Amino acid sequence: MDNKQPLSPEQAKAYWAKTSSLMWTLMALWVFFGFIIHFWAPELNGIKILGFPLGFYMAAQGSLIVFVVICFWNAIAQDKIDDEFGVSDE
Amino acid sequence: MVMKMEGGFLKNLGKVYGVYTGAFLGFTIFIGILEWFGVPNRVLGYLFIFLTIGVYALIGWLSRTAEVSEYYVAGRSVPAFYNGMATGADWMSAASFIGMAGSLYFGGYGGLAFVLGWTGGYCLVAVLQAPYLRKFGQYTVPDFFSARFGGNVARFAAVIVLITASFTYVVAQIVGVGVITSRFLGLSFQVACFVGLIGILVCSMLGGMKAVTWTQVAQYIILIIAYLIPVIIMSAKVTGVPIPQLMYGQALEKIAALEKTLGVTQPHASAFVNARGVYTPLVMWNFMALTLCLMVGTAALPHILMRYFTTPSVRQARMSVGWSLFFIFLLYFTAPSYAAFAKLEVYQNVIGQQIANLPAWVAAWGAPGLALVGACDAPNAATIYPLCRGVTGNGDGILQLSEFRIHTDAIVLATPEIAGLPYVIAGLVAAGGLAAALSTADGLLLAIANALSHDIYYKMIDPQADTKRRLVISRVLLAIVAVIAAYVAGTLGADILFLVSWAFSIAAAGLFAGLVMGIWWKGTTNAGGLWGVIVGYGICMFVLVSTEFYGPWVKEFMAGFGVNVDIVKIRGRDVGYILGINNISCGIFGIPAAFIATYVVSLFTEKPTPEMQAFVESIRVPTGAVKLVSAADDVHDDAVAH
Repeated sequence: MDNKQPLSPEQAKAYWAKTSSLMWTLMALWVFFGFIIHFWAPELNGIKILGFPLGFYMAAQGSLIVFVVICFWNAIAQDKIDDEFGVSDE
Repeated sequence: MVMKMEGGFLKNLGKVYGVYTGAFLGFTIFIGILEWFGVPNRVLGYLFIFLTIGVYALIGWLSRTAEVSEYYVAGRSVPAFYNGMATGADWMSAASFIGMAGSLYFGGYGGLAFVLGWTGGYCLVAVLQAPYLRKFGQYTVPDFFSARFGGNVARFAAVIVLITASFTYVVAQIVGVGVITSRFLGLSFQVACFVGLIGILVCSMLGGMKAVTWTQVAQYIILIIAYLIPVIIMSAKVTGVPIPQLMYGQALEKIAALEKTLGVTQPHASAFVNARGVYTPLVMWNFMALTLCLMVGTAALPHILMRYFTTPSVRQARMSVGWSLFFIFLLYFTAPSYAAFAKLEVYQNVIGQQIANLPAWVAAWGAPGLALVGACDAPNAATIYPLCRGVTGNGDGILQLSEFRIHTDAIVLATPEIAGLPYVIAGLVAAGGLAAALSTADGLLLAIANALSHDIYYKMIDPQADTKRRLVISRVLLAIVAVIAAYVAGTLGADILFLVSWAFSIAAAGLFAGLVMGIWWKGTTNAGGLWGVIVGYGICMFVLVSTEFYGPWVKEFMAGFGVNVDIVKIRGRDVGYILGINNISCGIFGIPAAFIATYVVSLFTEKPTPEMQAFVESIRVPTGAVKLVSAADDVHDDAVAH
């Protein structure tokens, strides 16, 4: 099925360290845009952009856009890590 | 011959679905012409509903299969982009399509917990789960629990959680199908539930996952067209620009101004305020708790996770989560604009008007049979508007805010008429809502039937069963589960809709900790994984059932521990809110409990064997063989993997 060499234990460790640090970065972004920023929604609502109170906008659209970016970013960045270690399955 | 056509189909997906989309738009225009020639609305409704169900049935029949791996994981041949569309349809239910805009209309900012919660969970799926479950490469989520946590006891625990969460959810979907078909076809609700059931079964029975996948792609296309068209036209009409997602800011501004003159106490865009408009921390904590439960539930519902078993590679599984969320995002970031434009219409053209001068849509959607709107000024208003029962108007000939009633479902359903569009668009919306409900029901039923046929029957009762027998059992079980679900839906009726949010909390508390820790912490032991499921599920179910049905008892019981429980009168019961938290967020207690139980038990039980650690390492890397600890966990479909 695949003709690539399996990773040595050191390589596997380095691969997982890079994967994990990508995971923590993206999870931190998720926590920030999923929850933390919305604690300040009442204050952010004082700022208006195109008629949208900013606090409302973040929960209705802004955070959603960030979520989509996180998912695609994860796919692209992890593909790069896979290619670097020669473990892509395509 | 069939194989050849199959290969041709997979190579020409863009062309096939492009032609399909064009044909659907042409069909809609054709119905519009029929309407112009005076064909009655009832006939147009029938045409829309039966033709779309007919198309789904045709796809289901063309995708029939005799291969186990096609039945369970669509032969692992679904490209990322199309798996994203199928997941979108799988995900978005009648509640998303029809209910959510209504919740946003009533809840304003508070309703956004659903918008956030039902999208953000995909970040967890993408980063923590999908690629590793795809590499694991078996058929079901309980397969993972069995392989990672030492066999059939863990498998069985996962199956119990899966069935509780998915069955609750599927009943609500059939209620949704029943509501739509009874409204547009004029059938009784019970009959409509069974008509919907036939629609569901023809999609999934012959072809399993393969049929459901290609039907769901078709259903996504219809539901997104049907959702976007009315509000785009509404936006063009109100603001002059046909981009509702950008332009409803203007509507929000006008609403804020009108709220002051009308004396609305809970402004639409204000965050974390109570009914009197005062900032309340408890409202904020409930918002955050609900958001978290919905997000984590997303990443634990098996009918969603099993979609990522169907891509050709790990790389495509990752990319397909991105596409899934993108296709879901298209609907969810549009929903708040429906709510805003509808509210503006009500505040501007309905409230404060002479009863004689109300817009035509109020009478049309308020009439008996639909009864989604009520203008309750006259003392006998209930004879014209059934929704007015119990409301006493002042009879001054002018509609005051307190005399106006509107049902959640009316926001999406009535928007075409508010925007002055012909009936054909209302029919289109009905077809979209039906597509949303059917596609979700398909995915859920398949998840339940697969758990029973693959996990319980094949893996636990008769591992020697041959392919033919397994497929027959799967189909029979699918039909049985579907009939039971339709019966429960028809009997309990619309009262059961609040159960949807429960399903998320149940799945989140029961399965999420095991999935995440099983992949990300090699030290998780068999006993740890199992106890995580038991404790998370147990606590969540205990909180749900006790607070819902025995509120006063919970108040007394928890007082012994110094924990405050508020009693709220809702759904005709005294429901207990532990620490003021609504029980739809019961996962907020169950999720951390599951993680703690998994961790603590793992510390005190025998460490995972080197074989188990090698297994975990093997699913973390996209290439190389999966090193299963027990050969009994293998589904043997390598032949079709590529």
